[in-house]
Amino acid sequence: MSGPLAQYLVLAALLFAIGLAGALSRRNAIVVLIGIELMLNAANLNLIAFWRYGPNPEALEGVIFVIFSIGIAAAEAAVGLGLIITVYRHFKSTSVEEFGELKG
Amino acid sequence: MQSAFYILALLTIAGALGAMNFKRLVHCVLSLVVCFAGLAGLYLNLNAQFAGLVQLLVYVGAVAILVVFAMLLTRNAEDAPQNAGSTDWYLGLGVASMVFLILAFAVQGSELGAAETGKLSDPSVKAIGKSLMTTYVLPLEAMALLLTSALIGAVVIAKGPEEGGKP
Amino acid sequence: MLENIFVVAKQSVMGFLSGFLPEASLPFISSFLSIAPILGIFPLLFALTTIFERKGLGRIQNRRGPNRVGIPMTDIRIAGFGQFIADGIKSLTKEDIVPSSADKLIHFLAPVALIIPVLLMFSVLPFGKNLVPLDMKNGLLFFFAVGAASELSIFMAGWSSRNKYSLLGAMRAIAQMISYEMPFILSSLVVVMAAGSLSLVDIAEAQTGGIWNWHVFTPWGLLGMILFFIAAMAEANRSPFDLPEGESELVAGYFTEYSGFKFAIFFMAEYLGLFAALSVWITLFFGGWNGPFGQYSLLPSYLWFMLKLVLCIFFIIWIRGTMPRIRMDQLMNFAWKFMLPMCLINLLGAGSGYYIRQTFPQSPLAGWFFEWLVVGTALFWIWLELGDRIAGKALTQKREYRYADQ
Repeated sequence: MSGPLAQYLVLAALLFAIGLAGALSRRNAIVVLIGIELMLNAANLNLIAFWRYGPNPEALEGVIFVIFSIGIAAAEAAVGLGLIITVYRHFKSTSVEEFGELKG
Repeated sequence: MQSAFYILALLTIAGALGAMNFKRLVHCVLSLVVCFAGLAGLYLNLNAQFAGLVQLLVYVGAVAILVVFAMLLTRNAEDAPQNAGSTDWYLGLGVASMVFLILAFAVQGSELGAAETGKLSDPSVKAIGKSLMTTYVLPLEAMALLLTSALIGAVVIAKGPEEGGKP
Repeated sequence: MLENIFVVAKQSVMGFLSGFLPEASLPFISSFLSIAPILGIFPLLFALTTIFERKGLGRIQNRRGPNRVGIPMTDIRIAGFGQFIADGIKSLTKEDIVPSSADKLIHFLAPVALIIPVLLMFSVLPFGKNLVPLDMKNGLLFFFAVGAASELSIFMAGWSSRNKYSLLGAMRAIAQMISYEMPFILSSLVVVMAAGSLSLVDIAEAQTGGIWNWHVFTPWGLLGMILFFIAAMAEANRSPFDLPEGESELVAGYFTEYSGFKFAIFFMAEYLGLFAALSVWITLFFGGWNGPFGQYSLLPSYLWFMLKLVLCIFFIIWIRGTMPRIRMDQLMNFAWKFMLPMCLINLLGAGSGYYIRQTFPQSPLAGWFFEWLVVGTALFWIWLELGDRIAGKALTQKREYRYADQ
């Protein structure tokens, strides 16, 4: 496949890979969360690209999915950052390696 | 359209790379904002005006600010040592590049025929609102419930155990 | 004739230029011709506002205000109206001091990142009948989305300065702007419901035909107008919500460590953001560019718009001279316990007002009357009830003073 759709899909894949690399390799929990946000955004870009170049011109699914996904990402960020702040209170650190005690 | 795509794609990728690689957390967040703004531009370029503006409003206006607040509330984490060269780093890089290569080959090799020009008409907000209130009313309500519980949950989690103290 | 003078002028300039310029450059020239007047008029309005504000505040506080600077080398003083030129020259020639521990790049980028969103806000405002730089279908959403981006540049300014006052001021500003963002958006939604469009051009056109068509003359419009104005003042960090730069506690807030022209840019961005918010306020509730007399326009549409804007500017100067600054906890309580519920109730009021009017299709006057009777009374009662909750006993009983030794 080539053309504009493929360009957008490859861009989204690259964005997803960057987010994944960051989430896997960085130690700071906030940066890990940023990586997860990047991966979500890559998925959103995919949805919009498929909607735009998709076969059904009247369907609104792509845009609506993205709106829901943005809402979920906002909720996820709020709860995730709240968790990070709570954990920081206990460990005085936001490094994910210190959280090993949570394994129980 | 094509040159706009390349400029915005470059901006987005540069922002994402910066967000993952800068040493200082503040630089990461600001770089992330560049990435979000580039994505909003890409949505506008794809004729999805409403989604692009919502992306700008929610991500740049709210999520980035949330991250900033979390960063300032966890102060001494600011200068976390970068772990380039460690095992984790190589592992992350390897897995991510594998994922990218698989996805890119899948995209290139796919048989899916895509419309070359695509649709140029932008869906009106009216149409989006109507379908949110009819076809997608159940997800919308679930979304409202999720956001409310996330709001309450975030307050309860972040407020901590101390009694009666103002956060 | 006078109505379309700017449109005709632009068309004739474009026609003249298209004779010898390459085809590809014409869209850029067209955009430039739309942008240039905004970049000329609104900074000039800002400069004039500073001098009017200083003189007006002087009058309110029983002093004269600046009255010295006139034309150099002569004795002509033009009542001090040369002051803004002198101020401009002063800030241009002052030394630009960057703190040695500052994050230099972000410190430099913050004023740039603030002025760009503020100027972008002007691109969707209808200044006259055919005078809108960019007729966007989602113009109002664009205005809010771009406005939300300015919060981050305030954080950049406060954080990069490495100064506790800067950081405190920035945190206050962001907390305030986030809290008032929701009333800001929600209070404008009643007009979107009424006009059925997010485009500011459509919203202005929905109010043509005389002063009684303006949204402010409906119960939900009146309430939305008040709520939008309060939220806009808080968004622009304007008195009485100017805690982020409370000079008695925080020196100058987030731009403490800025000097010279960067400081002037912050100052200008604040006022330009305020003008944009006031322009949206006018467009949403006061008919935008429509004159009050129906088809007898008397003045061209853009002059009506500017007249309304100037009146609004005098109104906010008056407020600044009158109202004391409120406290941080009062600010937050007011946003979350009064503004937000009131905005949500107002949405309900707008919906029920619509249905009340629908029940009287043959006589709009009766519909208008019953709308005021039912919705207006309900909203007024809720306003008083909620206001009592938030103000506590301060409104009805004698104020109790508590001192530290008790």
